[in-house]
Amino acid sequence: MHLALFLIFGAICVAGAINLLVQSHPINGALSLVVVMASLAVEYLLLGAEFVAAVQVIVYAGAIMVLFVFVIMLLNAGVEEHTKGSRVALLFGVPGMIIGSVLIAWLLLTNSGTGAVAAGALPGAPRDLAQLLFHEFLLPFEVTSVLVLIAIMGAVVLASKPEPLPPPEEER
Amino acid sequence: MVPLSYYLVLSGILFACGVTGFLVKRNIITIFMSIELMLNGVNLSFVAFAAHWHALSGQVFVFFVMVVAAAEAAVGLAIIISVFRTRQTLNVDRVNLLKL
Repeated sequence: MHLALFLIFGAICVAGAINLLVQSHPINGALSLVVVMASLAVEYLLLGAEFVAAVQVIVYAGAIMVLFVFVIMLLNAGVEEHTKGSRVALLFGVPGMIIGSVLIAWLLLTNSGTGAVAAGALPGAPRDLAQLLFHEFLLPFEVTSVLVLIAIMGAVVLASKPEPLPPPEEER
Repeated sequence: MVPLSYYLVLSGILFACGVTGFLVKRNIITIFMSIELMLNGVNLSFVAFAAHWHALSGQVFVFFVMVVAAAEAAVGLAIIISVFRTRQTLNVDRVNLLKL
């Protein structure tokens, strides 16, 4: 049952990721990324991480993707222009990528046969998570709040309209 | 019961898709979405390892990754708006002021 769910939602996930690469309009890419994030939330549920799955849907598929779609609409982004790629990169890159990914997948599948994840029976409750987050990881948590504050200020400064330059002072 | 390696392979596929999109795509917003895809692939392996080793700290790290991703998205999209305002384009090949 778990394996079937994993395979179904993993396939949806990979299909969304490939669709992101294939689509030329950014809004289609954004919507396929939402599909990827939603199916990843199901994978988190299968791993017993309920709270992470909820946060994934709320923060990633909700907030961050809305921001992306908002910017795409705001800038009126059209179909992507194609530019000429390098032939050498195509010649070496594609075989290299295929060889590398097959090698990594083979290593992973042969060397970790013992680890089996029993879904559902794992600690992932918000209570345990909060215990860890607010005791052991309290300092990183506070530091991330500073990070978010800096990010907000940076976003406001960067996206605000540039003020017109003051008139040049008269030379004496 | 799903073996851990399946999750790692799925996470690797997502990360590879993200890297490919980052290198191949020419629209700056799509490049940003590829970065989000890579972060999601890493998150999946964090949660899989947390479940495998029965250690919750992996899930806590996922939260930190999400916070950094949100901050990065906010600042990055502001930079994109600023670039569009000055160059009137979203194509990264046309943003070449620093190129020799």
